[in-house]
Amino acid sequence: MVQIEINDVHKRFGQNEVLKGVSLQVQKGEIVAILGKSGSGKSTLLRCINALESVDRGNIAVEGVRVHQNMPKLREFRQEMGIVFQQYNLFPHLTVERNITLAPILTGKIRKGEARELALRTLERVGLRDKLKAYPINLSGGQQQRVAIARCLAMEPKIMLFDEVTSALDPELVGEVLKVMENMARQGMTMVLVTHEMGFAKNVATKVVFMHNGAIREQGTPAEIFNNPRTPELQNFLGNN
Amino acid sequence: MRIVEFSDILALIAALRWTVGLTLIAIALGGPMGLALALMKASRNLVLDGIATAILQLIQGIPLLALLMFFYFGVPVFLGVDIPPLVAVSIAYVVYASVYFGQIWAGSIAAVKQEQWEAGACLGLHKWHQFFYIVAPQAFKISLPASVSFLVQLIKGTSLASVVGFVELARAAQVISAATFQSTLVYVLAASLYFLICFPLTVWSRKLERSLNGAN
Amino acid sequence: MQLRFAQLERFREQFIVGLAGTVELTVICVVAGLLIGLFCAFAYKRGNPRTRKAIYVYVEAFRNTPSLIQLFVFFFLLPDLGILLSPFGAASVALSLYFGAYATEIIRSGMDSIPAAQSEAGACLGLSTYQIYRHIIIGPALRNVYPSLSAQVIILLLGTSLASQVSANELFHAATFVESRSYLSFEVYAVLCAIYFCLVLASKLLMYLFGRLAFRWPTHR
Repeated sequence: MVQIEINDVHKRFGQNEVLKGVSLQVQKGEIVAILGKSGSGKSTLLRCINALESVDRGNIAVEGVRVHQNMPKLREFRQEMGIVFQQYNLFPHLTVERNITLAPILTGKIRKGEARELALRTLERVGLRDKLKAYPINLSGGQQQRVAIARCLAMEPKIMLFDEVTSALDPELVGEVLKVMENMARQGMTMVLVTHEMGFAKNVATKVVFMHNGAIREQGTPAEIFNNPRTPELQNFLGNN
Repeated sequence: MRIVEFSDILALIAALRWTVGLTLIAIALGGPMGLALALMKASRNLVLDGIATAILQLIQGIPLLALLMFFYFGVPVFLGVDIPPLVAVSIAYVVYASVYFGQIWAGSIAAVKQEQWEAGACLGLHKWHQFFYIVAPQAFKISLPASVSFLVQLIKGTSLASVVGFVELARAAQVISAATFQSTLVYVLAASLYFLICFPLTVWSRKLERSLNGAN
Repeated sequence: MQLRFAQLERFREQFIVGLAGTVELTVICVVAGLLIGLFCAFAYKRGNPRTRKAIYVYVEAFRNTPSLIQLFVFFFLLPDLGILLSPFGAASVALSLYFGAYATEIIRSGMDSIPAAQSEAGACLGLSTYQIYRHIIIGPALRNVYPSLSAQVIILLLGTSLASQVSANELFHAATFVESRSYLSFEVYAVLCAIYFCLVLASKLLMYLFGRLAFRWPTHR
């Protein structure tokens, strides 16, 4: 079943046209890795999916519902979709537990009494059960990113978006985050990730999309993309990476 | 009882000369004294720093009104001499301005990074030259937003001279208000005059702050 | 040139009543002013251009006019509007609005200092704008501007002395009363200054302790 439908999306920032007619379909349970060099529009595309950015032309639909910044029930829609950022964006004044349980409690997904249980469950999934009472500032980058993932998981989203989540991490911390993401993939989560991690794209993704200059140049299975790049831009990109 | 006339508005504007006058006296005399206090705080000398800090803390811990009363009523009675009202009031404002300017400028000097002093030392400059040529210009720039902002406070503070009968703007408003019984209107007019002077300065202070942050 | 502090003993009650008045006035105006500040800062960030203009006018009007004049305006304006308050009440209204104007500016700049990414993260979790401000922005924002706010509280505390000019019963008013009865000008104003100084010290200590209590999350490793 098609979960995310992106149809001929155009977007410009001022004079700069960042997305030039992008179309993409994501099936339920698919792991889609979006590759491309900086400025190719991949982060912008991701941000359009949950209406963090507006779309000038074209449309995006998730499970049949049109997504845009003035859509009715935007908040409810966002509660079903998790997004993890490059800079983690944890709330520094709240403990890990509170970071995770804040949204579920405020949006009514759980009651206050169930909060601790939920926090422990999600922390278990990211391997940080013992950090319940810690503050973000006392965690390493990799730990903070995993808490950020746990924070999204606590809302039980149907789709997870990842925006270059390992790019800001020291190399030795990248592995722990990728492991968590692999587990999520195995458990059937629909994931769309903008990434530079070629290994992940090759081994875990079910579909790889290559963007260049605001358009999708090639898409296909990891095998097709990595073993048989057809366009010179993709060949160049793979050569440099 | 009469209604407020155009001549009253002119009287209010005329009274501004004392508002401006007191402000200028405070800046002219309080400025250098404030600088002295700031330098005392910036010096490595513990005694000077201590004295300056004590003075700053003391004066910042009492209301301007109390300072005015102290010099206008208290000191003359204590010393047994007659002090002309202008002198007494001026002393109070000079003390007030020197303390708050001193605080601001001491903070600005401290805000100049230690590396700047060290850079001067590496060039072989004597401490005084380090200060004068390297640190002071930077400290001055840093202090501008807060200094202009305090200038606004100072101008507003001159209104307290009315309490001891000094005929600046606030006092003029009181007199006219008593004559016309249209107090609200008169005081709103007086407030508008203060606003016309202070608002441009406030805007300027904000502009200074933005350009300061932009440069950083 | 004798110092006759002992003779002020019989006026002790006036000073105590005045002191209580000052403390009461300060507390009322700080609390009311903070509420005004929180409301206006939020309304300014959230609101339409008309709301923002109104708040801007309010803040600039109170910041660029002397609080003495503000006290006089409210002292005469409120009865004109049919609102009959005691001098203390009128002073409370005037000084609350005065503190509120500064608080609005300070709190608003505090909110601006919080990176947009924080509210973005909150929005992505499905929180409403109010929830984002209440749970994510306000805490860190207030902590960032706590020194400015505390300094403003001290300014207000000292500023309550002006309420004496509209005959509100606070410390300065008590002092002028004692001075007119005792003619001990120097001693009275010396004692007055000493009491204000102690009030300021006590307030600084209280605010420091409150800050430690309210802001408990670590800011560095």
